[in-house]
Amino acid sequence: MTSPNGASVVVIGGGVTGLSAAWWLARSGVDVLVLDKGVVGWEASGRNGGGASHYHSPLFHEEQRLWPQMDDLLGYHTEYRRERVIFALTESDLAAYHGMAAEGRKLGYSVTDLDPKAVREFVPMASEANLGGVHLHYGGHANPQRTVQAYAWALQDLGGRIAQHTSATGLVVEAGRVVGVETPRGRFDADAVVVAAGPQTGMLLSTVGVRLPLGYGRAEMIVTEPAPLMRIGGVDGNGLYGRQTLRGNLAFGGGPHEWIDLAFDGPTARPSSPLTRNLARRVAELLPGAANLRLIRSWAGVIENTPDGRPVLDRLTDPANLVVATMSSVGFGLSPASGHAVRDLVVDGKCSFADIDKLKLSRFDEIGDDWLERRGWLPPELPLAS
Amino acid sequence: MPRLTDLSALDGKLALPEEHAQVLVIGGGPAGAAAAIEAARLGANVVLIDENPLDPQLFGLDVPLLYGGRMSGAVQRRPIEQLLAANPALEEAIELGVDVRLGVTAWGLYVNGPALRALPAPMVGLADESRSWMCGFDQLILAAGARDVALAFPGWDQPGVVGANGLHALLHRYDAFTGRRIVVLGSGDLGVATALMAHGRGLEVAAVVEVLASPPAPVAGLAAAGIPILTGHVPKRAESGRDGVERLVLADSHGAEVAIDCDTVCLAVGLAPAIELLNSAGGRLVPDGRRGGHAPVLEGWATSLPGVFCAGDAAGLVGGEAEAIEQGRRVARQALGAGAEGGPIPGIDAWAYQAAWFEALTRDADPSLIVCQCESVTRGDLLDLREPRYLGERSAPAMARDLRSLSADGPLNQDQIKRLTRAGMGPCQGRRCREQVALTLAQASGVKPADIPLALHRAPVRPLPLKVMADWNETAEMTAGWEIWFAIPGQWAAYDDIGTEREFVTPFGGPTEP
Repeated sequence: MTSPNGASVVVIGGGVTGLSAAWWLARSGVDVLVLDKGVVGWEASGRNGGGASHYHSPLFHEEQRLWPQMDDLLGYHTEYRRERVIFALTESDLAAYHGMAAEGRKLGYSVTDLDPKAVREFVPMASEANLGGVHLHYGGHANPQRTVQAYAWALQDLGGRIAQHTSATGLVVEAGRVVGVETPRGRFDADAVVVAAGPQTGMLLSTVGVRLPLGYGRAEMIVTEPAPLMRIGGVDGNGLYGRQTLRGNLAFGGGPHEWIDLAFDGPTARPSSPLTRNLARRVAELLPGAANLRLIRSWAGVIENTPDGRPVLDRLTDPANLVVATMSSVGFGLSPASGHAVRDLVVDGKCSFADIDKLKLSRFDEIGDDWLERRGWLPPELPLAS
Repeated sequence: MPRLTDLSALDGKLALPEEHAQVLVIGGGPAGAAAAIEAARLGANVVLIDENPLDPQLFGLDVPLLYGGRMSGAVQRRPIEQLLAANPALEEAIELGVDVRLGVTAWGLYVNGPALRALPAPMVGLADESRSWMCGFDQLILAAGARDVALAFPGWDQPGVVGANGLHALLHRYDAFTGRRIVVLGSGDLGVATALMAHGRGLEVAAVVEVLASPPAPVAGLAAAGIPILTGHVPKRAESGRDGVERLVLADSHGAEVAIDCDTVCLAVGLAPAIELLNSAGGRLVPDGRRGGHAPVLEGWATSLPGVFCAGDAAGLVGGEAEAIEQGRRVARQALGAGAEGGPIPGIDAWAYQAAWFEALTRDADPSLIVCQCESVTRGDLLDLREPRYLGERSAPAMARDLRSLSADGPLNQDQIKRLTRAGMGPCQGRRCREQVALTLAQASGVKPADIPLALHRAPVRPLPLKVMADWNETAEMTAGWEIWFAIPGQWAAYDDIGTEREFVTPFGGPTEP
């Protein structure tokens, strides 16, 4: 069925997960429509660190397989670059990085251990006091905003549609199936619906009695003016994740998040905090050669987390044509693969390339309503007025 | 039961500000100095900061004003005495006990709000040449003045193309202007005042140029000073030699070219209220061309942020020093609860005038015209929505995309365009191209400049070195609770380990980048 005001599959959320899913569906010839409350990629999808090295995920192999092809598959630049260098300023970090390298090797990927001198050959700005690190011959990074736009345009090039500034406000269920999505611009009919609305995913599901427990966090990043290009731009360490853009800017994040309250229509503001100074310090410690570079921006994004911090990628049984997709704060890098998985769930009812059964929503069935309180995932208490 | 707190969340990690001011005034121009003086007279403890004398490197980046490379070596000495001599109100403030700090810049404003509640107090980020720190406040008065609005024409990126406020600062604050013979673009109040000011300082003003058929402001003063005004003339290019601009070539209303020898071209087509701090902290703004563009929403002089006030050009272009001083007095009285009087006075529609100039300058403009100097983004790049050139060839699908096709998907948004083209993403933080990129989007999509959402300002609102920004004295809670990501137990467990005894064994808690 294709109604004039609807689509065979309506995807709620024009972030990186929803757009990738829609693109994969369109590649399979499915008539697909993406609804977004604002501009595509406006929230965390366009504001993250751009990393693509998620060895812990069941989607890891597909992530690694797809990224090198994405520019060609999408037809637009994503600025993807393979490989990462991770180096330590403390013995405990070094041990952790070696542990991570072991995980990569266990999965069949190549890692080279680096001594301090080798670190500085890759990262000339690195601290002379570094203790060494690892060179991942996999993983990498891409430009989040450019990648989101690439998905959106590639989707349109395949005949898919995107309705921006169209907030989903509820799902319409009839006889155990989702038949439409309510918006202020009217109802969009659908044969199947994917909810990939980031923090709003749980709120939308609650309109049809499905409970997806989520906490909402704000995280921050900073970026400097351009530095000379390093051979490998994906550089982490000192409690930071980061990348050098292909223009040369150093973009780094990490450190404390803040749990926030969120309304149905999403964050009204994404402020950064004086944490900017703590991030600046850690970048200057990690890369003393960059200490004179000017910091030119900070920003923040709002991301959702499930109680175990892992995705929910699940086609529900009731309603049976509803697919839930939240990546629980780790969505950008995995997006080529998560979209593929969602496409499989919608079309085939099952992921074709990985076991994702442990990512079902039902694992949270028994979690109590007070789980946020029990975790301390609550907004800070405001200071008393002085 | 005490409430549980996530130990890796921001709660309790940010320190109280290193210092506290009852009244903190940002900006020592006419409005800010008057506000500090009035607040001191009302008995308040007042700290006034002004970023001048500026970090000498910022002149070359045109931060915060369009200095156009026409500053002498005198700015390298950071001449505090010269600044005080040029601004007697600051001396008066000091005599009244105001703690006046020169060479201190305000780069961030932080107040708790819907998505940020972890601040122990409202605070402003300050910095000098060597370090940054936070200053709390009871009342904050933003009086940071106005920025130059730059509009591109061929050659505008060469040394010698300055803005009206940049020229004013070099002449008055620093006595460090190296030009001798200038052409002023614009014959509104700003252009006329700039030409007369330059004339009064002994510069040769070769002409005032106006693209409109008649000047929008009274120009009798120009005639009295012997300054020619060329209406219906459009700048075509600035021609440069070794030291920058040597002449400006205009087209008259018949298209014939006229060349005027000059070493400086002064853009005096518009100013924009300095709203960076307020915007970065989420203070409400209203698009209002009659107040210079995006201007603070004010009740009296109170912004939408508690305890934060705004006056002078930063509140929406006041059009004169006397009015700025009066606003400074009033904002101080309102901030201290001594009555709310007045409010910004709307002027002419700045957007309409800037748009008229923009239309004239871009009519038949070559696509190679540089718009964003930092990132070398041309007008053609913007219209074509072109990726940066370091990404190499454009793909066939990318060639089919441009501003018009994007506008079919919904209203154009400057922040989206910025990320795709990089226009406005450089070290000048968009100061040289912000308004003209917005005008380009309005022009390309057939909407009014007011309908293009403001490209958001982000802290730090001045480009500061990492080593200056860095907090080298952070709280023990920050150090102890620092995690690379959310530190949710089991989040990084290998998939196969989920449900096994290894699920929550994390030999490497942090290093995976999200």
